[in-house]
Amino acid sequence: MMPVATTFFFYFLAAVTVISGAGVILRKNAIHSALALIVALLGQAGLYLMLYAPFVAGVQIILYAGGIMVLFLFVIMLVNIEKAQKEEQFNKQWLVGLAAAVALGALFVLVYVKGRALFPDRAIQMPEQSNTQQVAVLLYGNYMFAFEIASLLLLVAIIGAVVMAKKRI
Amino acid sequence: MLDYITSYLKSDTTPGSAGNLFWAFVYIVLIFLGLSVAVIAMNWLERKILAHMQVRLGPMRVGPHGLLQPIADALKLLIKEDIMPAEADPFVFWVAPVLVVITAFTVFIVVPFGPTHAVTDMNIGVLFMLGVSSLSVLGVVMAGWASNSHYPLMGALRSSAQMVSYEIAMGLAVVSAVLMTSLNKEGTGTLSMIGIVQAQQAQQTWFIFKFFPLGLIAFFIFAVAMVAETNRAPFDLPEAESELTAGFHTEYSGFRWSLFFLAEYSAMIAVSSIAVTLWLGGWMRPFPNGLSGETWDLVFSLIPGLTFLLLAAITFYSTARMPRHPYFKVQTIGLGGFGAVLALIGVVLFIPPVRDRIQDIFWFIAKVAVFMYMYIWYRGTFPRYRFDQLMKVGWKVLLPIGLAVLILTAIAGVMF
Repeated sequence: MMPVATTFFFYFLAAVTVISGAGVILRKNAIHSALALIVALLGQAGLYLMLYAPFVAGVQIILYAGGIMVLFLFVIMLVNIEKAQKEEQFNKQWLVGLAAAVALGALFVLVYVKGRALFPDRAIQMPEQSNTQQVAVLLYGNYMFAFEIASLLLLVAIIGAVVMAKKRI
Repeated sequence: MLDYITSYLKSDTTPGSAGNLFWAFVYIVLIFLGLSVAVIAMNWLERKILAHMQVRLGPMRVGPHGLLQPIADALKLLIKEDIMPAEADPFVFWVAPVLVVITAFTVFIVVPFGPTHAVTDMNIGVLFMLGVSSLSVLGVVMAGWASNSHYPLMGALRSSAQMVSYEIAMGLAVVSAVLMTSLNKEGTGTLSMIGIVQAQQAQQTWFIFKFFPLGLIAFFIFAVAMVAETNRAPFDLPEAESELTAGFHTEYSGFRWSLFFLAEYSAMIAVSSIAVTLWLGGWMRPFPNGLSGETWDLVFSLIPGLTFLLLAAITFYSTARMPRHPYFKVQTIGLGGFGAVLALIGVVLFIPPVRDRIQDIFWFIAKVAVFMYMYIWYRGTFPRYRFDQLMKVGWKVLLPIGLAVLILTAIAGVMF
């Protein structure tokens, strides 16, 4: 099936992501921030779908929106909201922040100007039907070593968490 | 326009793959209506079956044998006062039930009721179902927090811990079934729901019997995890009424509460249909290879109609047993009419074109119905787990067994 209204959906999803991303830092209530972050992550999943990467989109929803954010909410719910709301929301570091923002923006512009040849003229039609298989071939073929190292890193993190949480093992 | 509508009828793919928006819309409406009817029927059946398990009669007053009870309940819920706690967070309180319902219904766009009877066939079908249904826990957590009350918060904390834990065991069981789909000549598996059933067809076995007992154990893990995932007894700790009043939806009433109810039952149907698709051969009739041939095809295609005729016969028997008193006249006529409708459906299902089209859907729904009965049976049989027992079962029993089954399935797949 040919994609319909791609431009509309791209701007729609991008707007959802950016607006809810702003909501994450602008809301005073931590739960509202977390919920806005979930919306941002879902918008991102939609953008992955538009890039013909359904597997990545599915994993994004299942891991980030469904798994990690639930644990986030779990922790935030135990925080005393009234106390947290009285605290200062922003640190007064706008000078540093401005510098960082300008630097990042300049970097984006530079990449766009210098590497214009890397961007395709129009959207590439990818075979959607074999996306999962291609990801598997890359992960367990070309990048097997990196993949295993990453999983080892996660194992270390799990053991570290257990060691820190338990006094006596 | 008419050509556009009729052109799909000749194709043999799902409306989503054919790119036909009209039929996709029709399918969505049909699934939505079917689900709503199924939830109403489940409401009545659950109360009736539970009652009979406990040697009670269950609802008997509204309509013959309480058949109109769910409708009366729904009307009551709609006109009930909708209360929001004064200290609640209004927006989150409002969004939570909506989110739960949306996720519970969205997953059905990939459920394959037949080789062509699905809204669409996604490359990531199972992943999509698990992912979207894992979003429903967010709704539960939001509902519990937004109520700004102790019991709902406790219920929300419990449910988030429980659902995240059991999702892992569930995922491992699903992966071992998906692994089995890759045992073909090309060596590539599939996550698409239709593809998984077709793989079982090609390998001439339901995955529950594949590499006996590995498929069976994986199925068992899923069957346990799916009960925990839908917060049903014996894992209904988030809404344990003896400890938490009603858990995360204590503060909800009226229409919002009915949304939670609707979502719970449609989520039950959704996970049951994942189990049916992955392990029980989806839409396939029993013994598609062992008892093949024209005669057996005919025999099995008569079963849907016969089932409805049997139901009609039971209804007529009950009609005959109604008390002969003027007070019960309307009820007797109503029950007789219901039986007549069932018999009519049964007769319609015998017409050859209908018979051929309805078969897949019938077998899929029949298999799901078995799971729905099991849900009620569990509720009538098992006592509720304690929370530490629940966590122990999830992390120390189901997870290691799931990992072992996954590894053994991989080894068996490589060996044979």
